[in-house]
Amino acid sequence: MTQSRFDKGLTRRGVLKGATALGAAGLILPASYRQARAEPQQGGDFRIGLGHGNSTDSYDPGLWDNLYAQVFAASRHNQLIEVAADGQLTGEIAESWESSDGKTWVFRIRQGVTFHSGKDVTVEDVIASLNHHRGEDSTSAVKQFFDPVEDIRADGQNVIITLDAPNGDFPYLMSDYHLAIMPGTDGKIDPTSTDGCGPYIVESYEPGVQATLNRNPNYWKSDRGHFDRVEILAILDSAARLNALMTGQVDLIDQIDPATIGMLEARGVANILSIPGNAHYVFPMDSRAAPFDDNNVRLALKYAIDRQQMVDTILGGHGAVSNDNPIGPANRYFYADMEPKTFDPDRARHYLRQAGMESLSVDLHVADAAFSGAVDAGALFAETAAQAGININLVREPNDGYWDNVWMQKPFVASYWGGRAVEDHMFSMGYASGAAWNDSYWEHERFNELLVKARSEFDEDLRREMYQEMQRIVSFEGSVIIPMNNNYVMATATNVATPEQISANWNLDGFRCVERWWFA
Amino acid sequence: MNAVLVMIAQRLALGVLTLFVVSVVIFGATELLPGDLASALLGQTATPETLAALRTQLGLNDPAPVRYWAWLTGVMQGDFGTSLATRRPIADMLSARLGNTIFLALYAAAIAVPLSLILGVLAALWRNSLFDRVANAGALSAISFPEFFVAYILIFLLAQSGFFPSMVRISPAMGLGDKLYVTFLPALTLTLVVTAHMMRMTRAAIINLLASPYIEMARLKGVSPLRIVLRHALPNALAPIINVIAINLAYLITGVVVVEVVFVYPGLGQLMVDSVAKRDIAVVQAIALIFASAYVLLNLTADVLSTLTNPRLMRRK
Repeated sequence: MTQSRFDKGLTRRGVLKGATALGAAGLILPASYRQARAEPQQGGDFRIGLGHGNSTDSYDPGLWDNLYAQVFAASRHNQLIEVAADGQLTGEIAESWESSDGKTWVFRIRQGVTFHSGKDVTVEDVIASLNHHRGEDSTSAVKQFFDPVEDIRADGQNVIITLDAPNGDFPYLMSDYHLAIMPGTDGKIDPTSTDGCGPYIVESYEPGVQATLNRNPNYWKSDRGHFDRVEILAILDSAARLNALMTGQVDLIDQIDPATIGMLEARGVANILSIPGNAHYVFPMDSRAAPFDDNNVRLALKYAIDRQQMVDTILGGHGAVSNDNPIGPANRYFYADMEPKTFDPDRARHYLRQAGMESLSVDLHVADAAFSGAVDAGALFAETAAQAGININLVREPNDGYWDNVWMQKPFVASYWGGRAVEDHMFSMGYASGAAWNDSYWEHERFNELLVKARSEFDEDLRREMYQEMQRIVSFEGSVIIPMNNNYVMATATNVATPEQISANWNLDGFRCVERWWFA
Repeated sequence: MNAVLVMIAQRLALGVLTLFVVSVVIFGATELLPGDLASALLGQTATPETLAALRTQLGLNDPAPVRYWAWLTGVMQGDFGTSLATRRPIADMLSARLGNTIFLALYAAAIAVPLSLILGVLAALWRNSLFDRVANAGALSAISFPEFFVAYILIFLLAQSGFFPSMVRISPAMGLGDKLYVTFLPALTLTLVVTAHMMRMTRAAIINLLASPYIEMARLKGVSPLRIVLRHALPNALAPIINVIAINLAYLITGVVVVEVVFVYPGLGQLMVDSVAKRDIAVVQAIALIFASAYVLLNLTADVLSTLTNPRLMRRK
């Protein structure tokens, strides 16, 4: 179905299959759950309770920023390209794509797909949808994806995107959840419309409360969208969410407090899904500010954190130790054999002495807005660092305004990343020199050079080598402490069935639980 | 009677002034909060370019007084404007939630007011008896626990066993019976929270009067204790009781955000919290006005009613 000359040249698919099989082996599923799996059945009213969603949530695709908006979007929209559960790219509104030089990308638009309003999805709609995120006036959160885009134009049934430099991973960016294909008029989409070409049609929506959708009878994917009806509810209180699942008022909840997982399992009323992915929790340090401008200080801090203990206590075991590596086990070029950093107070002291210090005192600014358990993680960090002669003074910040006044403002803070399917995407956003979300203000000449070179490197082995060197640089010379990868933990009613493999790319099966799951 | 009408007119005029002051204070306070709507909307994904574009689009670059004046002139013409965050008309956003909030407040009041009056009268009648002590201790314990704790206890007892839903899903299309059923737990929680205040005030006001000479007189002429309380004491104790009821009703409308969160009830409180977090000033202002109006009108009603129940106040001059 999907043809990509560029991809074939790299034999990327073979590599992907190998990598994702590893990821699938890590799925933690109860034994009874596997037996319950059968062919998808149609029907039922699927009710989802999410710990996100505010009455201020915007309709504008450029401003979608939480899980509620993401799942609601996946229920009613399609993108050009979908990341399948195994991590491969599959065509969605783009039937196929190709590029001979990595610079000019040709996306062939699928014919015969209609919006909920009945209008056909045209090349013009696609261009209008993409242009919403591009240009001076755009307020989109993914505006920077389109910075290297020189031109987007129509050519028959094709959309041709020209970049200013080769990028072999460009199609991955088109799978971003912000880039929903919506109907356009005069080259513009109406950002307040809920019309899309996805599996469900919006019946009612009240931001921060609920959305009700009905099955789209004309959905072009015949093997997806199994529920008759989908209800997405915002249940911000974690106890209320648990209660709703236990009393049968919803069929799926997200964000389960690790402390309650055991109790929920004991009740036998729900299945826990714990999906390892690329998501990770981080402590960025401002590499421009003393004392973090000295890599020895950064290394001292990296050896003064007990990663395993963090995974055990903060994540309740639902996660994995990370070696200060933003590239996760679900990525293609993940450097699994990199020398691990264990908790080693002597080594931390050694690096402190290298930096010409006997002891160190730093402020760590945290709030649970950064990630659930951030304050506890900070306290744990302070505890272990003290054994290495490092005094971490924990400064509790308010959740309100955290991303404004603390993150990227104070020199040492807590934050999180959702992780990305592609190495280049992750590095370009968070680690490239001058990148908007380079929250450690880190600059590394060799890293930046490799990052640009790898984009247009067509030899698979060389590419792997480059990405592994980059991971090494970030891990040992970077300015972000990444102690752990957090699993996506969710719970479903016992009659909810899922495919064998659940996507490690984003939460809730890549937001696609609504179209991939069914009632057994 | 004229005196009452004059008082109502004066109070309403003062009320409008109060609302104006409230709107200025709320606007100023929201301005003082760090960050603005653009940075709150973009959150972690904000970049300087997108922030600038969004600020221009939302008109956040105008000075604060200009934005306040634009808002005020709109409200004068009955136009609350559109939410800056969702671009939906604020009137639409508020109407359903205001309805929900008032419904829950009335439901809770319909249980709590008669309950606390009856308990208060009985406690006064049988003061220092076992009944009095049990009623007092029960009401005080209920008010002493935080609301969310009371709510969780009720969910544990009544929702996990399947009697009532733990989560309220309410829609305008539901029948009254269904609505009363699904909102029973939040209403009961609120009842437990507000009963103590009203009951104790009723009891205290009546007991206070029972020491008066005219009650002594009534007792000497052989009137039954119940009749003394209901016929002689209660009418004179109404003024303070009405005032306490009014304050609790206002609380039921404005202060129940915690209960809303626990029961996932789509009321005004949650909307207010979300809007403050996102610095969506237009919505914050609209809700603040509603809350302030609730206080002004309920206090006015309480004053009018206490005047009407007191012939001495009716005939002054």
